[in-house]
Amino acid sequence: MAITYTSGEQVEVYRFSIPATVLIPLTAVFLQAWVPLRFPFFSVFDLPLLVTIGFATARRNPLAGLFTGGFIGILQDALTHQPIGLYGISLTVVGFGASSLGIKLDVENAGARFLLTIVFYVVHEVVYFMVARGMVGLRMAWSWPHEILSGVANALLGVLVFMLLDRVKQRT
Amino acid sequence: MDVLGRYRNLIVLVGVLFAQVLGLAVQVKRTSDSESTRLIRVWAVGAVTPFEKALVWTQTSSRNIWHNYFYLRGVRAENRSLKAQIEQMRLEQVRMSQDADQARRLQALLAFKEQFISQTMAAQVIGGSGSELSRSVYIDKGYKDGIKDDMAVITADGIVGKVLRVYRSTSLVLLIDDQTSGVGSILDKTRLQGILRGTPSGEVVLEKVMSDETVPAGELVLTSGGDGIFPKGLLVGRVTKVTPGSDLFLNIRVRPAANLSKLEEVLVVTKIDERQAEPDQTGAARAVDILAERLPGVPSKPENAEKGAAGTAAAGTGSPAAGATTLGAQASPGSDGKAKTAPPQASASGGTPAARKTATAASSAGAGSGTVSGPSTGSSPGPSSGSSSGPRTTATGTDAVKVSPKPVKTAVAPKPQPAVEDSPH
Repeated sequence: MAITYTSGEQVEVYRFSIPATVLIPLTAVFLQAWVPLRFPFFSVFDLPLLVTIGFATARRNPLAGLFTGGFIGILQDALTHQPIGLYGISLTVVGFGASSLGIKLDVENAGARFLLTIVFYVVHEVVYFMVARGMVGLRMAWSWPHEILSGVANALLGVLVFMLLDRVKQRT
Repeated sequence: MDVLGRYRNLIVLVGVLFAQVLGLAVQVKRTSDSESTRLIRVWAVGAVTPFEKALVWTQTSSRNIWHNYFYLRGVRAENRSLKAQIEQMRLEQVRMSQDADQARRLQALLAFKEQFISQTMAAQVIGGSGSELSRSVYIDKGYKDGIKDDMAVITADGIVGKVLRVYRSTSLVLLIDDQTSGVGSILDKTRLQGILRGTPSGEVVLEKVMSDETVPAGELVLTSGGDGIFPKGLLVGRVTKVTPGSDLFLNIRVRPAANLSKLEEVLVVTKIDERQAEPDQTGAARAVDILAERLPGVPSKPENAEKGAAGTAAAGTGSPAAGATTLGAQASPGSDGKAKTAPPQASASGGTPAARKTATAASSAGAGSGTVSGPSTGSSPGPSSGSSSGPRTTATGTDAVKVSPKPVKTAVAPKPQPAVEDSPH
């Protein structure tokens, strides 16, 4: 049993069943592609990102985090007409960072999750912006107010998503 | 080895990122659609779209059941209203067909080849890309349905985009508000051409219009046909704002006619034909013929009564034939043209000229630009074979009619029935 300790406090490591590991990211990508067509305001949310953060912080394994992020990102890329790798790279970074931070911090309470989601939302956007603009040559505009507000909106939804993930995660 | 073990996670991260960056670079380097990622895309689309299809099917079915079997309130009233609308539209269609006929003749003179949509396929939008930087949607038709790359996608309101990638039973449609799309466009009135593009924020702009041109807000934007995807003349949208842009070009914002954020059903243009314009030889229907269908039937009458009736009708002021002629003259006020009719004594020389004037009046009322020269008789309630042939003066026998060269609005002309009043019973 892999148990890590932070400041003398016991931090538990969780795992997810194989159906949950496959179906939850798939559902997140599906909802991200389908819901904005009916409710355009939903495009401000990034469900695959929230699932990546949720999986990474629960597993607390950087390798699992980066591979989960990479897999979800590539799946997300494959549905767009842009080159594959834009979301893949940024979610790989987010998955690795969230799981690494999850080892050091207690991310079981809603406040920590809220802040963590805002931070990683901005990290995701920065990496995506750099790759999309620097490598692919897409025209993109950066707006801090927009990114912060989107981060807060995603963090609010993230707290709910993490609560749902808590129900399916299993103690190792 | 100890160092490798300590930094194992970091090394794996760098390796994974390097692999993805390399893959991205290879894709960007290739200008054509990268077949190297085709398999990944097929798997992803195959994993996601069945759920989307199932959800859309469930949604559509439940909505259809509700609307078609339960919620039928106001259907009868709506039916009556639609029937009345159809009548109005049929009259409008007569006017339009005559205008189109004239346009075809002019195009034929110029040896102009026109493109027209000859076949479309209805498709349902089942999902999006899930990314704001990729403004595209998936439709439930793929190559097994005959969809191919670069086919135009439209709605009744306006153009939507083009087919970018085709899978077995789904296709990816690139919307016109995506920053990588480009549509050859032309402004309706000023006839200025430009390229319609999307912006990162999802707006649509018309580029490459010189800054010394004047473009009024509210002007319609149509497809120019220059991109080889959309046929010429389809509605794109309307100009909302014009500002001086960078360089030498105007920054023209366009609001798309189709609601791109709420697409449900679209039409894929599967076939575009090109043909030489030919004038319609069959003769256009007239407004009077449309209206005649709503009038009660006319009993047959003897031949001598027919002649007498026609003569009386032409000379008399209260007769329907004269009334129709007057109507033709009345249809012109408001327009620049004037309908000139021959003096009554000249027209009264026979039944035919009066009927000819009747037909002319009806045609003039319908299209506003045409001279009827078909063999119509005053007693004949059937459709005349006269067709409008542009602004010119025709003199047939003693009857000379000059028709307004400018279009006038459709007037409701009563069907000439002179024999009804004068026939002996």
